[in-house]
Amino acid sequence: MKHLISSIAVMLGANPKRPTADDYTPEAKTMHAEQKADKSRPAAIHAEIAHLAQHKLPEKWRRRRWTVLIVVNLLFVLSFQLDIQMLEGALTASRFVGFHMADLNSALQVMLAYKDVVINLAIGTVTVLIMWWLLGGRTFCSWVCPYHLLAEWAEMAHDYLAKKNIVTDHPFDRRVRTVFWIVFAVLAFVTGYTVYETISPTGILSRALIYGPGIAMVWVVTLLLFEIIYSKRAWCRYACPIGLTYGLVGAFSPLKVTYNLSKCFHEAECKKVCEVPHVLDIVIKGRATDVDLFVGADCTHCGRCVDACPTNSLNLEFKGLGQLLK
Amino acid sequence: MRTVVLGVGVVGASLLGYVPVIGRWFQRIRPPGALKEKEFLASCIKCGQCVQVCPVNAIKLAELDEGFGIGTPYIDTRQQACDFSCDGLQCVLACPTGALTHHINYSHETDMAIARVVDEKRCLAVLGKGFKGQARGANFTGKLRYEDVDRWNPIRVSEYPYDLELCDLCVRQCPIEIRLAQCDAGKPPSGDVNQCPPMHAIKLEAIEGDDGVARKRPVILDGCVGCGVCEMICPPEPAVIVMDGADSRGMEV
Repeated sequence: MKHLISSIAVMLGANPKRPTADDYTPEAKTMHAEQKADKSRPAAIHAEIAHLAQHKLPEKWRRRRWTVLIVVNLLFVLSFQLDIQMLEGALTASRFVGFHMADLNSALQVMLAYKDVVINLAIGTVTVLIMWWLLGGRTFCSWVCPYHLLAEWAEMAHDYLAKKNIVTDHPFDRRVRTVFWIVFAVLAFVTGYTVYETISPTGILSRALIYGPGIAMVWVVTLLLFEIIYSKRAWCRYACPIGLTYGLVGAFSPLKVTYNLSKCFHEAECKKVCEVPHVLDIVIKGRATDVDLFVGADCTHCGRCVDACPTNSLNLEFKGLGQLLK
Repeated sequence: MRTVVLGVGVVGASLLGYVPVIGRWFQRIRPPGALKEKEFLASCIKCGQCVQVCPVNAIKLAELDEGFGIGTPYIDTRQQACDFSCDGLQCVLACPTGALTHHINYSHETDMAIARVVDEKRCLAVLGKGFKGQARGANFTGKLRYEDVDRWNPIRVSEYPYDLELCDLCVRQCPIEIRLAQCDAGKPPSGDVNQCPPMHAIKLEAIEGDDGVARKRPVILDGCVGCGVCEMICPPEPAVIVMDGADSRGMEV
């Protein structure tokens, strides 16, 4: 429970706290002590790091994820363009073989602005709420959101330019995303307009794919350039209220990236590839309060850390069902 | 500090969306059943499901230059009017949020705009002229349903040439007038008398021309719902009849 609360606090922008001595379970304490005493570990870690340097990062989860993301968005496009009618509408609201679906954040904006909820919207919202609660909340971000895919490519460009010392990352205070979420909710309620939809790159891109692009793409390109040149993954990390909405749902989800202390070498390969590295502070040496932990609510379940972890200490798991697809 | 700049920048950018709304840069004709503009912008979730179900592809989505109206549906009536050829108001049924209100069931209950005769002098009927050929030329892509051709599939207006002694296209193609004629003949659409409009929408009125010759002119009546078919079909360029989508239009719920 304490872990869950702190994971939500971290998602809202708090810095991950160093646990106090009381927070550790006896098993975790023993394990930390054993690892510290184990003289063979440093050599093993060095061997592992040398091995990693020579091998390319596996991309198993990334391939799966990109496939799902492209297929879902293609379903939207083809449902209209070829009239296959599987998934009609756009990401803001749609019908999957006739069943209503509504993006939680778009639905929230409409409810606050219009101050009325018709039955179809209620059904669509609850359906999507249950779906993403089961599937892990921010899983929407990395597995469905079309902006996420472009942002990943922008991230690659940023990393490449950063390596050549052409650009540097300028991080922001993560609390600003929570402020955005509140500001946009208040603006919708007070002005009676769905203010956030005007600049939502998710909505803009989804409609551009389905109905054809327009001048709104200038905004999307501006965001991507900002991320390449100035601040890595800025929109998803510091701005997007959609991500926070889904994060709040996912906090209570049975789908988690799980962490096991016993095998971990604390090399932090996972943190290097993570979009939201603050959720992975538990892998820092001495931080894990229990042998088995789950990664916090802000995690998008993209699986990059699972791919990156050389010791299989991180896994995607569904509570009660165990590991998902090795 | 730079976080504050980011915050102000992003919220500021989003609030720029207010400018086209306050400045009323656009006065759009909304699809059937649309609420009054303020409520419409609030309730529309910008998904385009109405676009997808329209058999004549009359509905388009607004761009970023419409600010808060981004992604909202509108109808460019001169290009492609709503001819109600779906009969069941498919866009209304598709709307997930009630921005196109589910409180209406029939075409004559809608309130999209009102037709206005803007430049009577150029009206072919007023000039005493007939009309022969394709109403909007060979390259016009707009569609209408002609029940004598195909009950279910709209065809291009360019595939349906006319030969009229006196041009009466605006009255002849008016979906409300077509329904009234069917009802008068005892054959209401889908056999449903509820489909019968209560009032006429447009008529040709006899007038005396400048030269003393008897002519006719179109007069808009209370039954007009602003579907825009008369504007779309009107042969002169620009059209003699246009849609007025003033703020008083739209459904009250």
